[in-house]
Amino acid sequence: MELVCPAGNLPMLKAAVDQGANAVYIGFRDDTNARHFAGLNFNDKQIREGLKYAHDHQVKVFVAINTYAQPNGWERWTAAVDRAADLGVDAIILADMGVLDYAAKRHPNVNLHLSVQGSATNPAAIRFMHRHFGIKRVVVPRVLSLAQVAHLIEESPVPVEIFGFGSLCVMVEGRCLLSSYACGQSPNTYGACSPAAHVEWRDTAKGQETRLGGVLLERRSHAESAGYPTICKGRYEVAGTLRHAIEEPTSLNTLDILPDILAAGVSAIKIEGRQRSTRYVSQVTKVWREAIDSCQRSPQTFRPKESWNQILSQISEGAQTTLGPYHRPWH
Amino acid sequence: MPTDSLNTPRSRLRLALGPILYHWPREQVLDFYAEMLETPVDVIYLGETVCSKRRLLRPEDYWELAERIAAAGKEPVISTLALIESDGELKTLSRLCADDRFLIEANDLAALDFLDGRAFVTGHSINLYNERTLAFLVQRGLKRWVLPVELGRETTTALLRTRPAGIECELFAYGRLPLAYSARCFTAYNRNLSKDDCQFCCIDYPDGLLVSTQEGEPFLALNGIQTQSATTHNLLPALADIIELGVNLLRISPQSTHTADIIRVFADVLAGDLDPAGGTARLHEWCPSGLSDGYWTGKAGISAQFNEDRRLSPNTL
Repeated sequence: MELVCPAGNLPMLKAAVDQGANAVYIGFRDDTNARHFAGLNFNDKQIREGLKYAHDHQVKVFVAINTYAQPNGWERWTAAVDRAADLGVDAIILADMGVLDYAAKRHPNVNLHLSVQGSATNPAAIRFMHRHFGIKRVVVPRVLSLAQVAHLIEESPVPVEIFGFGSLCVMVEGRCLLSSYACGQSPNTYGACSPAAHVEWRDTAKGQETRLGGVLLERRSHAESAGYPTICKGRYEVAGTLRHAIEEPTSLNTLDILPDILAAGVSAIKIEGRQRSTRYVSQVTKVWREAIDSCQRSPQTFRPKESWNQILSQISEGAQTTLGPYHRPWH
Repeated sequence: MPTDSLNTPRSRLRLALGPILYHWPREQVLDFYAEMLETPVDVIYLGETVCSKRRLLRPEDYWELAERIAAAGKEPVISTLALIESDGELKTLSRLCADDRFLIEANDLAALDFLDGRAFVTGHSINLYNERTLAFLVQRGLKRWVLPVELGRETTTALLRTRPAGIECELFAYGRLPLAYSARCFTAYNRNLSKDDCQFCCIDYPDGLLVSTQEGEPFLALNGIQTQSATTHNLLPALADIIELGVNLLRISPQSTHTADIIRVFADVLAGDLDPAGGTARLHEWCPSGLSDGYWTGKAGISAQFNEDRRLSPNTL
């Protein structure tokens, strides 16, 4: 099972390689990828250096071009695909059917992965994308229980990659427009959920307020910590009760079910967090490398070490972690 | 004030009724469609698109309704589930797609697999964002597409400019916007029930369960695994422009009350018997939590550029 780690810049890429990633995934410095953040991502020179570093250590590099192109920016997406292909990356991670069609026809020898943003949650969907675009791998949205993942793997024509750790998207990726509803920009159209320019933090007499596009997502006491300001983790009034109506500010950690993930036949496990720090990438990669090695050696006796979970919970967003959709009662 | 008809024979805009997105009692659904047959709507989409546990109507019931709709001179389209995870859901989808009496609306990529090579419609939850995706799906059999709801005038214009002949474009023109899908049932979650023991509690919320911000602004509506906008998206004020662009159909999404009245308002404005401002004023009275239209002009979907913004503003509280 491959460990696929995030790299928002060159130091993060090197950290992931040094700590034992099998592959790293990166993006260009624009809205063609789903982590379109100021100061993040790679130019061509950095990619070349990163590729050399990774390849010298037998680590693969994937480029995510996984947002949805609109007519007025279409050339940005095709240019990104051409750049990635010309740079000789190991795979391009795509979501948009138009971009997939372009890449498959223009660069038939380049490996294409279907991004989590491509929203394929069943074998028929994967079959369709495989038949027309020859995808070599699918990253599945965080909606399936582990039993469903195992079943999907039996039926899927291509290897399956799942998210193992990091921020938890509660909605099917590629099909969540909550961000653009409040501020006009979404992961699909802009490459970011709750873009910083639309987020407001304010100290008021009633508490600390977080707004997106002017909409109040959260008002909390000064003692509570603030998470990433996504709509799905906000606190609202529902039928007279104040609550996290969609999800608590929690993040995903699947270390506890690693033997089951391995037994299910998952081909690759992905760590979320290109927008996080080098320290984050370094620590998460190190823990997951150790955990996967240990689990592969003896899956029957595998138990996550206390020290691993301690490290992971320190760098998790929100105060708690969850198995999320992999664990049926979460649904 | 009556004006000339907005529609011309060259560009006749038709009205479509979207599938019922909520869980309504069986009798209510049957009564609803009986009433819809009496309205000036041209196309009726029907079928369960949100949750496979809702089975008060079976495929057989929808087929029978579709026959009745066709007999009444309207076009029935069978809509399919938007998020497909299980074998059971795939099986139902496969049955619906195997029936070639009616046009099918694909709402998950799985449906594209089953419909590959025959005529189909893509719903707003299929990500068709550019010309190349449109061209690709036309090769697969696409006859009509419903624009993803976050896209607006600019992308519509570009897609319409290059669309292949005979391919129709439909806009989600009235209704609470379907914004997201999840594995979790949020209605059950907010009733402290598990999804596996949901007790079909969504039947208690015929227009979704309202979520308001901590300052009382209506924000979202929870509808099972689907999250909708609390505001009702309304493109009626932009109707003349939409016709000019060459859009073929406008979708009105059913709500539990006044749907027939809403259809008649759209039809009257199209016929020139009612002006858009007068029509919109009526829609204001019937929608559950205010009107919005921001997506059409590339703004935040919650904002209102043409519709008067009657949401509670933080400054007024």
